[in-house]
Amino acid sequence: MASEEAIRISLTVNERAHRFEVEPGESLLDLLRDRLFLTGVKQGCAAGECGACTVLVDGVPVNSCIYLAAWADGRSVATIEGVARGGELSPVQDAFVQEGAIQCGFCTPGLVMTTTALRSSGRAYSDEEIRREISGHLCRCTGYQNIKAAVRKSLKSM
Amino acid sequence: MFSISSHLAPTSLQEAAQLLVSHPDLRLVAGGTDVLIRIHSGALEHVALLSLGRIPELKRIAMEDDLAISIGAMATFSALFEDPTIRRHLPFLAEAAVSMGGPQIRNVATIGGNLCNGAVSADSAPMLLALNARLQIESRDGQRIVPLGEFYAGPGKVHLAAGEILTRVLISPSDYEDMGGCYIKHSVRKAMDIANLGVAALCRLKEGIFDDLRIALGVAAPVPIRCQEAQLHAIGRPASPELIEEVGRLAVRSSKARDSWRASKAYREHLIEVLTVRAVTTAVQRTRGCCHGK
Repeated sequence: MASEEAIRISLTVNERAHRFEVEPGESLLDLLRDRLFLTGVKQGCAAGECGACTVLVDGVPVNSCIYLAAWADGRSVATIEGVARGGELSPVQDAFVQEGAIQCGFCTPGLVMTTTALRSSGRAYSDEEIRREISGHLCRCTGYQNIKAAVRKSLKSM
Repeated sequence: MFSISSHLAPTSLQEAAQLLVSHPDLRLVAGGTDVLIRIHSGALEHVALLSLGRIPELKRIAMEDDLAISIGAMATFSALFEDPTIRRHLPFLAEAAVSMGGPQIRNVATIGGNLCNGAVSADSAPMLLALNARLQIESRDGQRIVPLGEFYAGPGKVHLAAGEILTRVLISPSDYEDMGGCYIKHSVRKAMDIANLGVAALCRLKEGIFDDLRIALGVAAPVPIRCQEAQLHAIGRPASPELIEEVGRLAVRSSKARDSWRASKAYREHLIEVLTVRAVTTAVQRTRGCCHGK
């Protein structure tokens, strides 16, 4: 087969419509960072282990480093850049600040996106379920207690 | 940038099967959480991908007219964990599904990809093996049904010929009705880790006697296995703690554990015995819970 066949996709990112010609090997992470300059989406391990690159695809948290840009065709993507509204932090972002859940900050965008999805679900989560739902994020500063407190606060303030 | 030369995403199974015939170099990709990692590591290069992600029928989870439960190969682990039919009739499979990876991985990784990858550590494999799951495999020229136990060809290898696509996993009512089950995954971390051992136990009791007992292990041999000797020993006998201890010891005899950097052979054999006892004990308790009045 011919190599490097460009693929036409259309998607919305943070509620704005975009069209791109993407390469077959381009990840959603590549597209978001290198074409749209949404550098709040972090590349950590680049192998789906650390969760730093987590974005929401149709509201569902995925690791954008191992999700092809081509797969986002027709879908709605949300990144940390779209979370605050009119200069106001979202309740999730606010909870992370209030609980001191941010140290170096590298894992924070991904954690805020996962927590945003949990909040949007409208469901109640036990402490054990919260631990399970954020277990795909590594914080190398190891500030997990404060992160858990921030997630709990995010889900309580609904 | 992944070393991918081309990417096709057909919207029907017929189209996908036809493409596999006309382009034999195509490699199937489901959720990509294994394939993309292998490309990233350099194990695969210049890959021509055929993605199954745009074929809606492959995502379907449903109970058929004959009460068999059908799980589309592209059903994600999250979908399995949350599906009402699975939760009601196969809660032990939901338990196995949620043990895999972490949430972001479960949101894209699929049961079909997990099986076709052929890994001995596949978290869906032991419980599906205990459930006598059958696989529906389709190609342009027709379809065949194969028991999961005959699908494995060796470590990381499965019997999926060129042109074939795994489309559904089927579980018969006689394999899940009145069954209690339990899946225990042992790994160093509870999330985002590969199993040192996976134990699935499934049983049906009649007046306290094992009418059926099935034990399947992952990472205990080159491919996922059933523990025939332990199962046969239990069937027809009362489900006493003493008998379950014996079952645990016998389970080790079916295994061919080996040393790896994750765990030694001796440690794995210890895990097989101890965790089989725990899994069977829990399965028995759950059977009693669900079968009152029947």
